[in-house]
Amino acid sequence: MKETSPLNLYKFLPQTNCGECGEQTCMAFAAGLIARERTIDECKPLFEEKNQKKYAKKLASLKEVIAPEVALVYVGVGDQQLKVGGEDVMYRHQMTFFNKPPFAYDVTDAMNEADLVERVKLIDTWRKFYIGNWESVEMVAVRSVTGDPAKFAACVKKVMENTKKPLILCSFDPKVLKAGLEVSAASRPLIYAATKDNWKEVAQLANDYKVPVTLRVPFDLDGLKSLAQTFAEMGLKDLVLDPGTAPNGEKLQETLQNFIKLRRAATEEGQKDFNYPVMALPINAWLTTKDPVRGAYWESVLAATFVIRGADIMIRHSIEPHSVMPDMHLRFNIYTDPRTPVQVKPGLNKVGNPTEDSPIFLTTNFALTYYTVESDLASNGIDSYLLAVNTDGIGVQASVAGGQITPSKIKDAFAEAGVDFEKTSHKSFILPGMAAKFSGELEDLYGYKVKALVGPEDSGRIPGWMEKQWPPKK
Amino acid sequence: MGEKLSISDLNKKLAEMDVKSLEGITIEGDIELEIDAGAGGVGPLFAYYFGEEVAKVAVQLVNMAKAFGYPVDSLLQPVAVAQAISPAPAELAKAAPEIPAFKIPDTLKSAKFSVGTDKTWKTQIQEVQLGATKAEGGSRGHVIKIGGEKAMPFFFDAAMPNRPVVTIDVFDMPIGMAKAVKMHYEDVMNDPADWAKKAVKEFKADLVTTHLISTDPLIKDTPAKEAVKVVEDVLQAVDVPIVIGGSGNPEKDVEVLSKASEVAQGERALIASASLNLDWEAIGKACVANNNVCLAWTQLEINAQKELDRKLMKVAGVPRDSIVMDPTTAALAYGMDFAYTNMERIRLGGLKGDEELNFPMSSGTTNAWGVREAWMVNSPNKDDSPWGDRMLRGPIWEILTGFSLAMAGVDIFMMMNPIAVAYLQEITQSLMGLVKAETPDTANWISMEV
Repeated sequence: MKETSPLNLYKFLPQTNCGECGEQTCMAFAAGLIARERTIDECKPLFEEKNQKKYAKKLASLKEVIAPEVALVYVGVGDQQLKVGGEDVMYRHQMTFFNKPPFAYDVTDAMNEADLVERVKLIDTWRKFYIGNWESVEMVAVRSVTGDPAKFAACVKKVMENTKKPLILCSFDPKVLKAGLEVSAASRPLIYAATKDNWKEVAQLANDYKVPVTLRVPFDLDGLKSLAQTFAEMGLKDLVLDPGTAPNGEKLQETLQNFIKLRRAATEEGQKDFNYPVMALPINAWLTTKDPVRGAYWESVLAATFVIRGADIMIRHSIEPHSVMPDMHLRFNIYTDPRTPVQVKPGLNKVGNPTEDSPIFLTTNFALTYYTVESDLASNGIDSYLLAVNTDGIGVQASVAGGQITPSKIKDAFAEAGVDFEKTSHKSFILPGMAAKFSGELEDLYGYKVKALVGPEDSGRIPGWMEKQWPPKK
Repeated sequence: MGEKLSISDLNKKLAEMDVKSLEGITIEGDIELEIDAGAGGVGPLFAYYFGEEVAKVAVQLVNMAKAFGYPVDSLLQPVAVAQAISPAPAELAKAAPEIPAFKIPDTLKSAKFSVGTDKTWKTQIQEVQLGATKAEGGSRGHVIKIGGEKAMPFFFDAAMPNRPVVTIDVFDMPIGMAKAVKMHYEDVMNDPADWAKKAVKEFKADLVTTHLISTDPLIKDTPAKEAVKVVEDVLQAVDVPIVIGGSGNPEKDVEVLSKASEVAQGERALIASASLNLDWEAIGKACVANNNVCLAWTQLEINAQKELDRKLMKVAGVPRDSIVMDPTTAALAYGMDFAYTNMERIRLGGLKGDEELNFPMSSGTTNAWGVREAWMVNSPNKDDSPWGDRMLRGPIWEILTGFSLAMAGVDIFMMMNPIAVAYLQEITQSLMGLVKAETPDTANWISMEV
């Protein structure tokens, strides 16, 4: 959606201020649509059958106006369903990026069953805690290495027995794809790929099984557009584009430029006839090396390239922590909504079931810092209190340097939270190591009745610190 | 009445009576189906569902049934009619044109794709020369130019005139560092000159940065005059352009960096850095007086960056070709989103004509090593998937921190881990088309064995 004025969406709403959506007015709902906080299906009257005649035109116009600049394709079903594409802007600060590109990790039909199951489980259960949430990877890409339809179908079936994550079925042979679809179509996998050679058969499959399909025409955007328009004319519009991912050499430059061109055409130029989500293949790094570290690093670097510029979905191979972790964080950072404040509410919070003997920690209200400390305490079973001091969302080190956290602000924050150190058995609190220099002044402020202990510089080391330093010596 | 109507019965009757059309019918229901007497057309919705001819047949069937006394009024609901007629008799279906069906064309369409350049990018980023040769009044073997871009990094709108460069950190005293970094410098940590040599010869640093951290009053409080001898040593040891950093102490740095600028007179060394928290004017003037380049450091705030750049130009008199910006590098997983977007906005602002922002940018990429994911052995969170080998995890943290910011517009990277340096160079140069290599057939990825 390019529209930025609620007024221009308001005219397509019922304008009755019925309040069914939870907003007071239709104008407020329109503003919610602009901010992407509301979706049109939340305006119930627009969709009611009895209003069909009255609102049909409005609804159609509204749908057109709010459609994302990069088309949105759904892959998978139920609560595992993924949104692929749906972006509106070229640069994240212009609004936000919405749907982080799913990472699909590969398995092959040449793997023996034990290895296959083990790898699928690894993909299925991979997770990391970050800023209050569990991050994971999203998909499994099944590659046909044997070329045997029966083996492929058996592999797809085995994968589905071990994960509910959506699939990408990968083969250039329509017979293989068909065998895979026979066992998985109900879960709406993405198929890969239709090419200039097999497009008729693959189009037939996409139509018969009602699944989204990837179109592959490497390094030829005219050819890719031709294929896309041919599919669109057949009524097949759930398309993903593979413009080719070269893992090295000058073609890698061309690859990135193609991604930039496609994203620009969709978001900045509004080319509605060729605005499908785009797939990158960082897995292609492995076409250039067998070295496990080199492969994982280069794949990681390629993934970073396309997470930042223009990919809506990607297929990957290395599930090593030194490849998944950095890319997962990069994707998280790039897809974080810059409009959302990254602060938590200042105040005192309990971790676990603290008593008067439990330690009292403090940190800043920068969400990243706060959740990191909280998770380090919680996951190590440290029952405690944690005070978030209001630093306007600035981290410890920077706020110590910038004056957003000071000894007197800490004392005020404890007072505001109603902490009475007299009621604790230890009469102390624990400063972040980065704020160690406040310790003396704080004890002075408390008239030496409260101890300001100095904790470690990284909260990950709190468990070790606790072993040596807690409870404090009298 | 009471007898059930079957399609085959109706069909029989219809055939017997040889009914071709019925005229002058108007049916009103939820779907306002109108049959115009002359043209024999049907309502658009009906036609959409069944095709025009089939709809006509349906109407005929219904009327026939009525005429025979069957209870068909309820069938006037469109859906019911659709169900009633869907298994249309073969001969009637044949008479009707095909329902708009999935049809595969014989050939592919032929389309052309084109996309324009960004017309709002009108201003070139200032090109800045680092280092000066003997002929230019310095002593460097060669010079390095950064900046000069007319487009966002690696975009097709305009080629990048200069590749991103890396300066490797050298400290004037041994410091604590992550294991994956330390292992590369243990043998040279006591000698900044050897450290610099190793960085250039073995690790292919484009520049080296000498950090005079021992001058910090809380560390060794080395006097400025004494500390800057290390700068002389490094200038002797290597002939690449250099960067000189202080300790980060806002009072002492003014003195240390001013002195360092004198020692590096004429070298076009990058002096790191002037900031709004210290006497930027003194540092700026020390750069101007000695033909060095001033690094303008602000903390993740685009307006502060504009303010500092403006003051350096207007008040301290630093020429445009002697300013590089450090808008702060928050590392991957530790605020990288702020650093990335701040830099991207700065670069876009510069390209669009903001003359307080169109300078090359520098990144303190080494900040990556402050992130726990880069150096910790295991996750402090017991429910995380295993973090693997930190010796492999650390370098990639530095690579991605730097590379992400290269995509946002950074021109010079301050780095430490040699593996990270090599990868950053390789990917940025690949994306500029400078790395020649045969690209494998990418169709093989599906069947490859890894």
